[in-house]
This record gives sequence, structure tokens and C-alpha cells, in this order.
Amino acid sequence: MDESIYKELKKGGFMRQIQNNKFSLRIRVVGGQLQGNQIKKVSEIADLYGKGYIHMTSRQGIEIPFIDFADVEAVKGELAEVGLQPGACGPRVRTVTACQGSAICGSGLIETSGLARELDAKYFGRDLPHKFKIGITGCKNNCLKAEENDLGIKGGLRPEWHSGDCTYCGVCAAACPVKAISVSRGPNSLAFDESRCIYCGKCVKSCPTDAWSGKSGYITSFGGTFGNDMVFGKPLLPLITEKEQLFRVVDAAIAFFQEHGKPGERFRRTIDRIGEDQLKKKLEEAIR
Amino acid sequence: MSKQSYDAFVDITDVVCPITFVKTKVALEELENGQTLQIRLNDGEPIQNVPRSLKNEKHKVIEVVQNGDGTYLLGVIKGGLE
Repeated sequence: MDESIYKELKKGGFMRQIQNNKFSLRIRVVGGQLQGNQIKKVSEIADLYGKGYIHMTSRQGIEIPFIDFADVEAVKGELAEVGLQPGACGPRVRTVTACQGSAICGSGLIETSGLARELDAKYFGRDLPHKFKIGITGCKNNCLKAEENDLGIKGGLRPEWHSGDCTYCGVCAAACPVKAISVSRGPNSLAFDESRCIYCGKCVKSCPTDAWSGKSGYITSFGGTFGNDMVFGKPLLPLITEKEQLFRVVDAAIAFFQEHGKPGERFRRTIDRIGEDQLKKKLEEAIR
Repeated sequence: MSKQSYDAFVDITDVVCPITFVKTKVALEELENGQTLQIRLNDGEPIQNVPRSLKNEKHKVIEVVQNGDGTYLLGVIKGGLE
């Protein structure tokens, strides 16, 4: 097969298999969620065009292996019937992944599924120098592994203490994993060292009298990669509390990669080559 | 040492999440609303998560005592947040 045809297919989510003319079809599963009728359709396609099984990818996606080249258009048509599209492979923004976030999980500090859909709608498939992964996790527990992504988003919460509601029970100090809070009784006092705070929100979630509250936001990380090179994405910004700011930050990071990245170079390497301070400057401008 | 007296006591230092909260819930089932339970629990994940689960189910934490041996004593009023 002509390499250019293969590249087009790859762009559209069809991964060439070692078996001649067979493709593993990657499906765009945003934030790890599918509707029941979509799952049924995937099952039907696997039975009719594949070998009756699917493969679950490491980024919450589904692939249907053994799709014949001759069936590519028919399979695309079947997917479209239930609002599904092939995923992306190659040098571009990949499907946005997410945990279930605050809509479902008791630990969640931010809404993740809707955010994944918004980000995916805006950036999915955009051509870049190399693959670009965005992942969203609802809290510090990091089930979605934000720092493995080129751009990671993690829920955080900046706590505020209201002395009038406090009973000085000490549960916040006990629950705080970094000992940023100390409480004593008789005389009652509470000290909070915000410089130690990791914005995990455990004080707020555990406080029986809501004497701790706070605004949740986004902790971002940049340049994560977990393939041939393994580097955690680095946080370069303070907690972002507005969604509009977050989108400006994503725009700035992608624009930086687009402008400075060499073909075939991951975001991490671009950052290292151009300078982390250069990226940081652009990101800081974006949240101003 | 806690100065408070409690209606019941449960030790959850011998189990791990999520059984920690299951055991706590079973102990609370034996009580009426307004009665008190003292829970002995480990530092780390239990102290970070059990108080949150108690709050979600409307039980009120009234005191936390650090024992100095990697365990805590948590005082709770059943239904104290209802």
C-alpha cells in the first residue's frame, strides 16, 4: 500500500497491523465515557468486520483489531450512526482522557468529564510536531496520572479558614498530609502555613463545621512523557481558578509547541531545547 | 487522653480502606442519633479519608486525639450534622 494512504489512515485512527491490509481501528472515547448504544455498535462492528473482540488502550480508548482495508469506509459509516468517530494517531492532539471527577467521586475537586469534552472539541486532531496528550484528573490522588501527559490538569483547592465556625476539633490538622495545619485547644488556636499547602482539599472535605472552605481550580503540568523518555510533567503555574484562564493556558502551551517544536520532537524536548523559562513566560502571560 | 466519655468504641486499625469505613458504619448502626462513638484509626489514609466519609453521612466529628503511636482517637456524634 502507498505510504501516503497509510498516513491518511493513521491520521484517522486506523493503525496498520503486522497482518497485510489489516488495521486496528482506534475509537475516540472522550474522558473514558461511552453511551450504551455506542458500546453495542462497537460490539457489532467487532463481530461483523473484526474478529469479535476489542482491545482497551492505555488511554481509555477502544481499538477494534482486524478491520480490512476494504471495509474502512463502511466501518466509519457504522460508527457515525451512533455519533462515534475514529480516534487520532500520529503527530497531533490525541483524545482527552479524564477520571470521573467531582460529579461521581468523593475525592474529586473539579468537574472532569465535561471539561474533557470541551477541550477535546477544541483541540482534538490538531496537527502538531509530535503527539500531544492532554489528561484530566480530579484531585491529588491522581488516578488519571496527569503528569504523564504533555499537558496535565489536576483538581486542586485553595483552602480558607473561618475562625467563627471552628470548633478546634483538630480533624483538619490530622487529615492534612503535609502538616500545613496545627490546632491546639485551651486556649484554642489554629495555624495554617499556606506555603506548605498542596491544595488537596482534605481539610475542607473533613471539616465537620465547614470552617474550611475554598475555591477549587486547576493545577497544570507541562511536558510529561512516558514512552522512550520518561519525565513527569512539571507544574509551572500557581493554581488556576477560572476555566477561561485554563483555556488560555492550553492555547499558549500548544502555540509554543507549534512555534518551536521540530517535527518528531515531543513537547518535553522542545521545552528543554528552547528553555522552560521561555514557556513559563508565555504561560504567565496567558493567566494575566 | 480524651476527657470525653463515649457510648461505644471501635478499633479500625486492623483493617484497610474501604473496610475501615464499613467497620465504622457497622459500629454506628448500633447507636441512636445523638449518641457518641470513639474510633481508633491509623495515621495516613484512614485519618485522611474516614472523617470525610463521616461528614458525607452527616456524622459530626467532635474531637481528634493523637496517641503518639501512629494512631488517632476520633470522637463522633451519630447524625450530628443532620
